[in-house]
Amino acid sequence: MTAKPAGRRRGPVSTVGIGTAGSRVWHVNTVAMRAASVEVSGRAGEHGALPEALVGLPITPTDAVGLTERAAALAKRSIKTTAKGAALTLAVRCMDLTTLEGVDTPGKVLSLCAKALRPEPTDPAVPPVAAVCVYPELVGVAAGALAGTPVRVASVAGSFPAGLGPIGVRLAEIADATSAGADEIDIVLNRSAFLAGRYRQAFDEVAASKEAAGHAHLKVILETGELGSYDAVRKASMLAMAAGADFIKTSTGKIGTSATLPVALCMAEAIRDFADADGRAVGLKVAGGIRTAKQSWQYLVVMAETLGPQWLHPDLFRIGASSLLNDVLLQLDRLGTGRYPRPDKTVV
Amino acid sequence: MSTAGGGLGVPKTYKMYVGGAFVRSESGRTYPARSAGGDLLAHAVAGSRKDVRDAVRVARGAQAAWAARTAYNRGQILYRVAEVMDSRRAELIRELARATTGSEATADPAGEVDVAIERWVWYAGWCDKYPQVLGGANPVAGPYFNFTVPEPMGVVGIASPDEAPLLGIVSRLAPALVPGNTAVVLAGERHPLVAVTLAEILATSDVPGGVVNVLTGRRAPLVRALAGHGDVDCVDLSGCDPADHDDADVAAEAERLAAETVTRVVHATVGERHWLEAAAQSPYAISAFCEYKTVWHPKGR
Amino acid sequence: MSDTGEHLPASPAGDVPGAEVPERVLADLPEFGPASYAPAPEGTDLVHIAEDYGLFIGGEMVPARSDRAAPTVNPATGETLATFAVGGAEDVDRAVLAAREAYESHWRDTPGSVRARYLYRVARLLQERSREFAVLETLDGGKPIKESRDVDLPLAAAHFFHHAGWADKLDYAFAGAEAHPVGVVGQVIPWNFPLLMAAWKLAPALAAGNTVVLKPAETTPLTALLLTEVLRDADLPPGVVNIVTGDGTTGAATVAHPGVDKVAFTGSTTVGKEIQRTLAGTGRRLTLELGGKAANIIFEDAALDQVTEGIVGGIYFNQGQVCCAGSRLLVQESVADAVISKLRRRMDTLLVGDPLDKNTDIGAINSAVQLRKITELVESGVRQGAELYQPSCALPERGWFFPPTLFCDVSPSHRIAREEIFGPVLSVLTFRTADEAVEKANNTPYGLSAGIWTEKGSRILWMAERMQAGVVWANTFNRFDPASPFGGYRESGFGREGGRQGLLPYLHLQGAQL
Repeated sequence: MTAKPAGRRRGPVSTVGIGTAGSRVWHVNTVAMRAASVEVSGRAGEHGALPEALVGLPITPTDAVGLTERAAALAKRSIKTTAKGAALTLAVRCMDLTTLEGVDTPGKVLSLCAKALRPEPTDPAVPPVAAVCVYPELVGVAAGALAGTPVRVASVAGSFPAGLGPIGVRLAEIADATSAGADEIDIVLNRSAFLAGRYRQAFDEVAASKEAAGHAHLKVILETGELGSYDAVRKASMLAMAAGADFIKTSTGKIGTSATLPVALCMAEAIRDFADADGRAVGLKVAGGIRTAKQSWQYLVVMAETLGPQWLHPDLFRIGASSLLNDVLLQLDRLGTGRYPRPDKTVV
Repeated sequence: MSTAGGGLGVPKTYKMYVGGAFVRSESGRTYPARSAGGDLLAHAVAGSRKDVRDAVRVARGAQAAWAARTAYNRGQILYRVAEVMDSRRAELIRELARATTGSEATADPAGEVDVAIERWVWYAGWCDKYPQVLGGANPVAGPYFNFTVPEPMGVVGIASPDEAPLLGIVSRLAPALVPGNTAVVLAGERHPLVAVTLAEILATSDVPGGVVNVLTGRRAPLVRALAGHGDVDCVDLSGCDPADHDDADVAAEAERLAAETVTRVVHATVGERHWLEAAAQSPYAISAFCEYKTVWHPKGR
Repeated sequence: MSDTGEHLPASPAGDVPGAEVPERVLADLPEFGPASYAPAPEGTDLVHIAEDYGLFIGGEMVPARSDRAAPTVNPATGETLATFAVGGAEDVDRAVLAAREAYESHWRDTPGSVRARYLYRVARLLQERSREFAVLETLDGGKPIKESRDVDLPLAAAHFFHHAGWADKLDYAFAGAEAHPVGVVGQVIPWNFPLLMAAWKLAPALAAGNTVVLKPAETTPLTALLLTEVLRDADLPPGVVNIVTGDGTTGAATVAHPGVDKVAFTGSTTVGKEIQRTLAGTGRRLTLELGGKAANIIFEDAALDQVTEGIVGGIYFNQGQVCCAGSRLLVQESVADAVISKLRRRMDTLLVGDPLDKNTDIGAINSAVQLRKITELVESGVRQGAELYQPSCALPERGWFFPPTLFCDVSPSHRIAREEIFGPVLSVLTFRTADEAVEKANNTPYGLSAGIWTEKGSRILWMAERMQAGVVWANTFNRFDPASPFGGYRESGFGREGGRQGLLPYLHLQGAQL
C-alpha cells in the first residue's frame, strides 16, 4: 500500500453517539478510522490538532508522582507459592522471545524457535511462549519452524527502530513481512511527527500500517523513553489505539530507557479507558530491560489490578524479552524442586 | 482660648465603635469612668451581650476582605494608624494622664503613648514579613513541594488589660491585625475612655469599618459573651490579670466556654506583660494569632 | 473466540484479537490476580509478647499501684495478646514526680547536643528493630502489615531523627528569642497510629528539653511498651520518659495532674473539648489534634487515575481510622460518573483480610466498639437514603472487619456527611463551581485537612487559600513528614506537630526582639 494523495486529508471517520462528558459514553467508529488516509507530511493547518477520531476519547492527564507511587505499591505485592507458579507460567505464555540483532542468522532463529516451543526440554509442563520476534528478513525461517504450532511469528517492520523511513517503504516492509508469514507486526510510532505536534500524520501512518498488515496483528511501539512525559505516553497510547493498533508496546529495546512499571501502568490505564469508551480490548506489550522473573510478575500484577485478570492472556499481554525466559525457567525449577538451581541449568 | 460658651468646654460622649460607626449600647446602659481621684470623667457605654453579638457579626463580615488585601496594603493602612496617633499624641497623653494619674496604671503617660506609637509602627512593618519568618518551605522526604504559611484565625476577641490602658490594647490588637484577623476589643474596664479615642483614630485612618470594633463595659460579662460566641475563633485574655482573683475566675470561665467550640485562647506571656519593654513585642505575638496551613504538591513532569 | 473477551465491558463480540488461538493452549492458562494471590503472611516469630506488663516509671517497669489491669486484643482474631496495667491516679502521680525529678535534676540543663545524641540513638534503634515493631503494631492494632512496615515505622524513626537535629539548634529556630523548655509534659495518644503518635509526641518534647508522661491508647499499648526497651537501650536517663498505660481514667488523671506543665492530646473532638475545659484557668499549656471530616475535591481536569488512587488512599488507608481521612468526596458534576466508575472498579481490587498478610490492603477495625460505631453510621446512611456500594469481598470469619464502603447521592445534611465515622466509609457529594466546592468543603466544624485535585496551578493556590484546614494536599493525599507541620483549624484542634512550628508548643520563648 502506498500513501494516498495528501489532498484527502480526512478519512471517512464517522462517530456516532458521542455522549455527554457527564455520562462518559463514547462510541467511536474505529473501523472507519482504520480506513483513514495517510497524510505524508504534516501541514501547518494540522499542527497540534488531534485527529477527530480522538474526539471524545478520555485523554486524562497523568500525575507522574502519583503514578510512580501506585506502580511502586503494586511492585510490592508479595507473590508466593501457587500464585508465583501461575505468574511464571503466564509469563512464559505471554512472552515474545526476541532476537533483533544485526548478526541474527537462520541458525540462531531456528534454535530460538525450538526454545520457544519447548522452553524447558526436561519439563513438558512448561508451555510454549507466545511468539518469536525477528527482523523481516528472518520471518520466513521462523514461519517455517513454527508452522502448525501455537507459537506465533512476530516481525518488526516499518523502518524499525526509528520509524523514519519513507512511508511508502515502511508500508511495503510491513506488507512484505506479513506475506512472508508474520502473524504479528511490531511498528514504531512516528515520534518525530508526534513530538512535533503533527498528530494527524502520526495517526494516519498507524492506520495505514494497520491496513498494510492485513490479517496480521499490529503492535505499535510508542518508544516511551523518548516521549518525555506520562501525559505524552497517554496521548500516544490513545492515538495508536484509535488508529487501529491491536497492541500498544512500550519500547524498541534499542534506546537506554525501556519498559518501566509506571509506563506500563500508564498505558494500561489508557487501554482501560479506551476499552470503556470504544468497547475494543487492546493489548499491552512491555519490552526492553525485563530480565528477571520478579520483574515479570510485577508487570503481571500491574495488568491484573489495572485491567483485570482477563487481560492476562497472550492475546492481550506480551512481554518482549531475550534473557528473561532463562530466569523464569530457573524460578520454575526452584518452585518445583525447592532448591535454587545453578544458573547454567537452562538451555542456551 | 475663646470665651464663647462662658468658658465651658464641650465634653465628649464616649461611645463604642462597631462596624465603623460610634454607637451606644442596645441596652441603653452606661457606667461611670472615674479618675484615680474619683472624679467623674465620662459615662462610658456598658456594652451588653447583644453588643458583643453585633460586633462579632460585623467583624466576621469584614474579615475576608481585610485578609484579602495585599500585605503591603495592610502594612500601609496600619502605618497610617500610627501617623494619626502621632498627630493626636498630645490628646492621647492628656487623656491617659487624666484617667490614670494617681492610679497604679501608667506612671508615665507620655512614655506610654510614645511606645504605643512606636509599637504600632513596628507591627505595621511586619505585615509583609511575618510569613517569611514564621512560615517556609519544608524539606520533606519525597518528590513534593511542601510549604507552610501562617494565616489569620478569623475573628479575634481581645480583653484589654487595665494597667496600660492604651499600650495594652495596642500591644495585643496590632499583632492580631497584622495577619488579617478582625477584632472585637473590650476596653480595659477601669480606664475605658482612651480606647474610644483610639477607636476615633482608627475611624479617621484607613482601617475599613468592622476590622476593629471597640466595646466598653464590665469585663466579666463581656469576656464571657466573647468566649462563648461560636463565631469567635480566638480570645485573647491578656486583660484578665492572673494575679487578680476575680480576673482569674473570669478567665477560667472564659476558657471553659471557649472549649465548647475549641476556640483558641491566648494570653500575653509574662514577658509580654511588661508592656513598656521591647520584649512585649515580637513576631511570636503575631504567631499566636495565626493558624498554620501546610500545602503539599507533587513535583513531576 | 477465547473466553477473554467475555469479561470485557461492552466489548463487541468477535472484535477481540487472537480469536484463532487454539483452545487447548488457552485452557491451560493459570489464574493470576488479586483474587488468586496466595497468602503471604509476615512471620510473627520475631515478636516476643509478655503475658503481662507494668508501667514504665523512672526508667523501670514497675507494677501499678492501682492493682488494675486490662487485656489487649488482636482485633483480627479476637484473641488476647497480653494483659497491661491500668494506671490509676497514684501511678500517674508517681510518673509525674519521676518526670519532674528528671527535669529539674538534669534534663533541662542537659545540653542540646547531648539530647540530640539520645534521640538519634532512638531513631537508629527503631530502624534496626522496625520489622519487629511493625509486626507488633499490626498484631495489636489490626492495621495491614504493609502500612505498619512502610508508613508507621519509617515515619516514627524519621520523627526521632528529624527532631534529634533540632535539639541543638533551637537557638536558630526562632529568631530573636531564647527558647526554653516548658517542663513536664503529659501526652495522651490514640490507637490509630500507636507508635507513630508516640514518636510525634515524644520527639519534639524531648528535643525541646522537656520530660514526659505518655499515656498510650487503651486498645494499643504494646508498641509503646516495646519502645521502653529502645529508650533503655539508648541509655535515655530514667524519668525523662514515663509511660503509663491505662484507659480513659488514666488519661484524665494525666491531663488533670497539676504537676503537668503542658498537655498534648490527639484523639476525638469530644474528649479534646473535655480536656480544654479541664485545663481552663490553670495556666497550663495545651495542644489538641482532634477529629476531621476532610473534603477531597476533584475538578474535571484532574488526573483521574491518580485521583482514584488518592481517593482510595485518602479514605481506606488504615481502614479509614485516620483523623485526616478524606471522608467527603466532592466531585465536579461533569466527571462524577467517570470518577465513581473508576473508584468502584478500584475498590473491587482491594484485598480485605488478615492484617499480617503482606498483600492485605484493608485490615481489621481496631475494636468492637469502633466497628459498632461504623456499622451504626453506615446504617444511618442507608436509612437516610444514600446509595451504598461495597465490593463483594469475603470478610474473615473471626475478628472485626468492615468492607470498603462508598455512599453516593449523599446530601450535606446526612449524618454520614457530617459526623466523623473513623472507618472505611466514603460519602460522595457533587459540585459545579469552585466557589460551591469551597462552600461545601468548609461546611463543617472541623478543619484538619483537605484534598484538591486539578491540573490548573492557579486554581490549586486559589482553593488552598480558601480551605479552612491545616493541611492541604494538592494532587496527593495522606502524606506525612516530620518536617511538615500537621494540625487543625477550628474544632480539629490547635497547635502543630512536625517541623519548626511543631516545636513551638514545647517551648517557652523569652527575650524576644532584643
